[in-house]
Amino acid sequence: MEIKNVHEITININDQPYTIGVQAHHTLLDVLRDQLDITGPKECCGVGECGACTVLLDGQAVNACLILAVEVDGSEIITIEGLGGSVHLSPLQQAFIDAGAVQCGFCTPGMIMAAQYLLNTYPEPTKEEVRVALSGNLCRCTGYDRIIDAVLSVSRQQKERVK
Amino acid sequence: MNSFNYYQPKNIEDLFDLQECSADNYRLLAGGTDLLVRLKSGSITPEAIIDIKRIPSLNSGISIEADKVTFGALTLMATLESDEFLEENYPALTEAVHNIGSVQIRNRATIAGNLCNASPAADSAPALLIYDASVVCVSRKGERTLPLQEFIKGPGKTALVSNEIVKQIVMPLPSQNQAGAFSRLTRRKGVDLATINLCCQVNQTGKARFALGAVGPVPFIVEENEGLLLSTDISSEVKKSIISKLMEKATPISDVRASKEYRQAMLTVLGWRAFNTAIERLQNKI
Repeated sequence: MEIKNVHEITININDQPYTIGVQAHHTLLDVLRDQLDITGPKECCGVGECGACTVLLDGQAVNACLILAVEVDGSEIITIEGLGGSVHLSPLQQAFIDAGAVQCGFCTPGMIMAAQYLLNTYPEPTKEEVRVALSGNLCRCTGYDRIIDAVLSVSRQQKERVK
Repeated sequence: MNSFNYYQPKNIEDLFDLQECSADNYRLLAGGTDLLVRLKSGSITPEAIIDIKRIPSLNSGISIEADKVTFGALTLMATLESDEFLEENYPALTEAVHNIGSVQIRNRATIAGNLCNASPAADSAPALLIYDASVVCVSRKGERTLPLQEFIKGPGKTALVSNEIVKQIVMPLPSQNQAGAFSRLTRRKGVDLATINLCCQVNQTGKARFALGAVGPVPFIVEENEGLLLSTDISSEVKKSIISKLMEKATPISDVRASKEYRQAMLTVLGWRAFNTAIERLQNKI
């Protein structure tokens, strides 16, 4: 069989529309990083165990390393770049800095995206719920406590703001 | 990853056409959480990937009828995990699904994918077994329904024939006089295959059943039908030894997760735990 593997897809990434040709065997993570230079999502294990590549796909936290780019035609994707940048940090990004939840930083983009998904779906999680929600994200530096503190602090801030 | 052709049929007829012209050198893509890992490692090198996610008849969601619950092949683990009707009526399934992979995996992985992958450690399988699930398979020739025990044939092997796919999973509504619970042993809580997974179902009529995963080539059921486990006259110690005896039907192997001796010993511990949770749930119903 003749292999024809370039497909045109239209996707919205961090509120920017893109129409691009992608190879059938390239993952969403490959395309984000190598084709579009959106390098916030990281490749680490490549098999869905570490969560460093976590992005929001149509609002759902997923591992970008386990999805073909061609599968997401028509979807909306949010990466860490879509939450905020060096000029304007998102509440979670700022909380990670304030809590000392970033050490080497490699897990941080995926960790923050998984945490953002949790806060979008459960705005007031318990400590245990934060732990469960982040159990698909590995961090080899921090020992997790400061990450969990950071997520809980944003939950508390948001609660205060609602009042 | 090797190169391949990618197809995205929009209905089941187009899928059958594609299957026929791909001459068995294809793989179906649903959630992809197992498939992509195998494509990346090179353990499979299909010429065609057929993405079935946009086929409406495989995506029928969860439908509740008077005597059964049906879910479409593509129902996500996250959808099953958060369904309140399932949690109330099939708690062991909710618990099992909650333990699969991670949030990210459950947002993508499908129930049919978990069953078709036919891992001996598939977490959904023991729960579906105790709830007497069947698998509706469909091909150009029509539909057939198989009990789950007959569907899973061996590690990575199912009863699906060439160009046949899973359409739905069906579970009868469990009777009010039974209760189930799930229990699992892993090295770490998230993103690890089960060292053991099991479900226990107890019935007021005296029957106790255990569905065991990761301790044999396929998940399977062992039963105690004499009412000994549900008897109030028998001590906990004797009940534990009855469970231990039942667990001798398991044939665990030693692997990276645990030795076979450890698995065999832990079967009784996990069985006892799930049994007690199930009994507690049964008592709460009465």
